[in-house]
Amino acid sequence: MADIPVEVRLELNPEVLEELESVAIRFAGDSGDGMQVTGTQFTNTSAVFGNDVSTFPDFPAEIRAPAGTLAGVSGFQVNIASKDIYTPGDAPQVLVAMNPAALRANVRDLEPGGTVIVNTDEFTPGNLKKANLESNPIEDGSLDGFKVFEVPLTTLNRNALEGIEGLGNKEKDRCKNFFALGLTFWMYDRPLETSLNWIQQQFAKRPEVAEANIRALKAGYNYGDTAEAFRSRYRVAPATVAEPGLYRKITGNEAAALGFLTAAHRAGKTLFYGSYPITPASDILHQLASYKHFDVRTFQAEDEIAAIGSAIGAAFGGAFALTGTSGPGICLKSEAMNLAIVLELPMVIADIQRGGPSTGLPTKTEQSDLLQVMFGRNGESPIPIVAPCTPADCFTMAIEAFRLAVRATTPVVFLSDGYLANSSEPWRIPVLDDLPTIEVQHRTDPQDFMPYLRDEVTLGRPWVLPGTRGMEHRIGGLGKQDVTGNISYSPEDHDHIVRIRGEKVARLQNTIPEQQVFGPESGDLLVIGWGGTYGALRSAVAAANAQGKSVAHAQIRYLNPFPRNLGAILGRYRKILVAELNLGQLSLLINGRYPIRVNQLNKIEGRPFRISEIKRKIDEVLA
Amino acid sequence: MSELITPTLTRKDFVTDQEVRWCPGCGDYAILSAVQKLLPELGIPREEIVFVSGIGCSSRFPYYMNTYGIHSIHGRAPTLATGLNCVRPELQIWVVTGDGDALSIGGNHLLHCLRRNVDLRILLFNNRIYGLTKGQYSPTSRPGHKTKSSPMGSIEQSFNPISVALGAEGTFIARSVDVHAKHLAQVLRRAADHKGTAFVEIYQNCIIFNGSEWDSVTDQATREDSILVLEHGKPMIFGKNRDKGIVLNGLKPQVVQLADVSESDLLVHDEFTPDPTLAWMLSRMEPPDFPSPMGVFRSIQKPTYADQLVGQVEESRAQKGGGDLAALFRRADTWVVGDPVSSNGH
Repeated sequence: MADIPVEVRLELNPEVLEELESVAIRFAGDSGDGMQVTGTQFTNTSAVFGNDVSTFPDFPAEIRAPAGTLAGVSGFQVNIASKDIYTPGDAPQVLVAMNPAALRANVRDLEPGGTVIVNTDEFTPGNLKKANLESNPIEDGSLDGFKVFEVPLTTLNRNALEGIEGLGNKEKDRCKNFFALGLTFWMYDRPLETSLNWIQQQFAKRPEVAEANIRALKAGYNYGDTAEAFRSRYRVAPATVAEPGLYRKITGNEAAALGFLTAAHRAGKTLFYGSYPITPASDILHQLASYKHFDVRTFQAEDEIAAIGSAIGAAFGGAFALTGTSGPGICLKSEAMNLAIVLELPMVIADIQRGGPSTGLPTKTEQSDLLQVMFGRNGESPIPIVAPCTPADCFTMAIEAFRLAVRATTPVVFLSDGYLANSSEPWRIPVLDDLPTIEVQHRTDPQDFMPYLRDEVTLGRPWVLPGTRGMEHRIGGLGKQDVTGNISYSPEDHDHIVRIRGEKVARLQNTIPEQQVFGPESGDLLVIGWGGTYGALRSAVAAANAQGKSVAHAQIRYLNPFPRNLGAILGRYRKILVAELNLGQLSLLINGRYPIRVNQLNKIEGRPFRISEIKRKIDEVLA
Repeated sequence: MSELITPTLTRKDFVTDQEVRWCPGCGDYAILSAVQKLLPELGIPREEIVFVSGIGCSSRFPYYMNTYGIHSIHGRAPTLATGLNCVRPELQIWVVTGDGDALSIGGNHLLHCLRRNVDLRILLFNNRIYGLTKGQYSPTSRPGHKTKSSPMGSIEQSFNPISVALGAEGTFIARSVDVHAKHLAQVLRRAADHKGTAFVEIYQNCIIFNGSEWDSVTDQATREDSILVLEHGKPMIFGKNRDKGIVLNGLKPQVVQLADVSESDLLVHDEFTPDPTLAWMLSRMEPPDFPSPMGVFRSIQKPTYADQLVGQVEESRAQKGGGDLAALFRRADTWVVGDPVSSNGH
């Protein structure tokens, strides 16, 4: 790493006026402005500095909408704190708006009295028109409720990059995002090292670009230091509550990919991934495709059906087989999921949910596929479902998914969502030896072997490797007799095998952990959620507890079967509130399974819950 | 890979205890018999052979073969077979399918399997009808064919499976007839030996729903005038009296009387040329103007999918080493909370 002199010190800076417990900043600009990079760099720096972090990128579906338009606005919100935080923040306190469209699209979310930093150079008549603005918000009083910092950022950036050979104005302008980043680093007393190192590495092959970005970063920082307008400086101290250990930042998709790899690798198995690109699951394919040296075999199939078909074939061959997609892909896979269910082969089907139905909202989050993965197939077709609840939990539940799949020789659904996939949080890097190893057994004894001869405890059938002498057998999708696996349409055989497949999945209750509850063991209200709503629910319930309210929180991570103590837990609270980003899917399952009727908080806007929404509903239900 | 000594296998070793349920007189019996006779000759242990099928009468095949087998879902057999091949490239995989399973619902997967040159053999039983569902027309049914779902005659142009396979970049493409036992055996042997996707169209007779479709190539009286047997390096000659041949007239093939030309004028078959033009021309030859070519249209060598997949795994290992999970976890900006000792063994 090149030795770069850094002008800032990590010790407490006497110029810092205010200590903050947390701050949420949203960087917003055109899709081409590099807001994702800016946000990620701010996050990484803060994580390395020791803050708890939580992020939420917000991208448009189109690759490059026309520059300056509302459709092209890309945002990245990051919450940094010196205490435990669980969400990227209900509302940002700071908005960095690189153009009028970014301002227009995001200012309504800004906290009243919050800070707006605008790039005034981009507030031209042409750009105002693209953002459908009749007048300039900087001048017409519409920003009166906020603290506004007007920065001629494009000009300042170009001046700072004066004299760098081989860069035209267009390329210089692409460094604006680092100027903005540098400015926020000054405002929040962040060290520059992490980003300086990243720039050097990222642009190693183009030193003039690296030089430009470094200059822009430092220029932004120095601008904060020298410009009269910038007097306020804040510090968010490193968090102290985290468990000791080695940490890194991780997104849900990164964690899932690592988890699936870990499950296979530690079982001594090849990981096979059959997939078709689809937002927001494609990253998993990209990441696994880079793990060939771990003998991960990725197959970019011609369509969703081929993706799952290939995974079934790979599972038959004895690999740890995985397929991944989003909601529309699950629709296409349903017939093959049923084949896997009756072939009783272990494999994992990952659904990274997004706004639906149909093509829906590819880059927006939702959790509306629960009933689809539970029921969306012909016949009685039970399938275990696990749902991670934070980005780092995607690692844990990815391994769990394979563990359950192998134990019960069944496909298992791993149900994540776009929010978890792209959000990041700190992850305490596990020691390999502390991780569970999935035991795999392949029967090789032909004596008394039959393809559907079940294990007494798990009811799983033998997972035989083709190539094993004396165990040659045929399995298929037609109705069959249990134990022998012979084709059968008899009433008794059908009744028996349908029920026993159900029993097999139900018995997983014996191996999954009991449901944990945060807060009082019994009381007035239990707030229940699943998946990525964990942060908002936990924060709201913690706040309610702090106010002395008798409220508890349970985030369910095993959706089929439910944890064995869930029924008992439900009985210990006067009221239940199920909050989910759909119109009542877990609510339907709980109402159907248990003799209660839950209260519901349903949101279907393509974005996560705000902590304030949960708090409000808690109060409403308690009243 | 089996380390046990491979015993000498016979046809009986490949027969299962399942009662074969095809209609009496169905062409599938002949094909089953041919495959059961062929497999012992390959010297491959029985446990290393897998049959994968979709849905259709053809797709009952795996139940009658004493190997590993999967009876999967309509049109999707190539997808399972591809996944299996990716993780177990040493197994010999056969896909058994039909004109509906492979060219209707399964068309997409067939195309991509051929394009990828996955090392497996596809046996397409073409009876130009949907048999299992009792008599609807199929993508290979002749235009005008009257069936239950086309009472006034099919209004669809039909697929030519050989042309489709060529369009999909198939490296081995062949055709035979269910009851031509000797010829079928030869073609199947060639398919078994091919490295890459071996596509074999088999004219198969559905005695119940389309019993006269292939009469011209199976009836003693007409078969020799209706079939052109392709042999690499040999001039194209056919006919009961071996008195007719094929010449190239400009860019088009033409049937000629041998008496009217010299043998050097005749088109000579070349299975191995990478250029698909000849094979394409042959694929378009059909009655009434031409005999139906039978045999190997094309047989070329290209890297197989699994060879390349595994090749990249090995190349990656050579470059990066064998894969260190602990190091991979740490491949990001990291920080320590608490004292350095507590950095959990990293």
